[in-house]
Amino acid sequence: MLGSQVVPGEVTVEHQAPTANDGVISFIGLAGSWAGTGCVTCSPAMACRFCSQMLMTEATSVNEEVLDAIAELTNMIIGSVKTDLESELGPLGLSIPTVVFGRNFQTKSASHADWFVRRFQWDDDMFEVRVCMTPSERSTTLQPHVLGSASQSD
Amino acid sequence: MESDVLVVDDSAAIRKILQRVLRQTGMAIRNIYEAGDGQEALQLLGQQKVNLVLTDINMPKMDGLQLLAAMKGAADLRTIPVVMVTTEGGEAKVGEAVRLGAAGYVRKPFSAEQIKEKLADFLPGAIPS
Repeated sequence: MLGSQVVPGEVTVEHQAPTANDGVISFIGLAGSWAGTGCVTCSPAMACRFCSQMLMTEATSVNEEVLDAIAELTNMIIGSVKTDLESELGPLGLSIPTVVFGRNFQTKSASHADWFVRRFQWDDDMFEVRVCMTPSERSTTLQPHVLGSASQSD
Repeated sequence: MESDVLVVDDSAAIRKILQRVLRQTGMAIRNIYEAGDGQEALQLLGQQKVNLVLTDINMPKMDGLQLLAAMKGAADLRTIPVVMVTTEGGEAKVGEAVRLGAAGYVRKPFSAEQIKEKLADFLPGAIPS
């Protein structure tokens, strides 16, 4: 839908919650036997570029249309992650995305779990996709599971 | 024969993209109606006759599966083909959509060609000669 190629970086594991002191950050919740958050962060210029490419309009400043495009982008990216995770974690639900745009703000997650982070280069700018998942408290019968590896059986 | 299509998605961006893609297909589409959720869609369907519904699944108020179920339960709406256009790729949601009577499924991000193929399946009369 963007009609562009982006260059993925390595997946890294980071303990801190996403921080975007300036720019756009979009969150979406995942819930099921495991629950967590997925988010996409980018610069205002990158957000405008996403919107311009998706809608074939020229977005020059972050407005409602740009935020809506970023919300949908987040929905598609984390939705794909969700589909991949479901083969190992079972059915997961996806919340409606929430997008924040501002300056000099901080975010804090109540989760203490690690974030899986992948940065993507799009020409001379980049955006970041983060996912944090932990077993739900209500799923007491589930065995611990490490993301990205098959569960072990005796 | 010209057809009318209803696009249901809580994202104005996706509604705009689908409007553009539908117009670009060159198919004989007369009106493209828009709704932001299932409730809005049902209200609109009570006033306008459409030949095809393209709907997202995850939406506030009334989601796409609830809309599909409501349409299949209404005598005057149950024959309208409903194609799910969604990020949901999991077997549970897709299976439920099929069980409820969805005519087709397109996963986001979609290409214009995928949408055109679905239109050709369900709006054969709108294919340009």
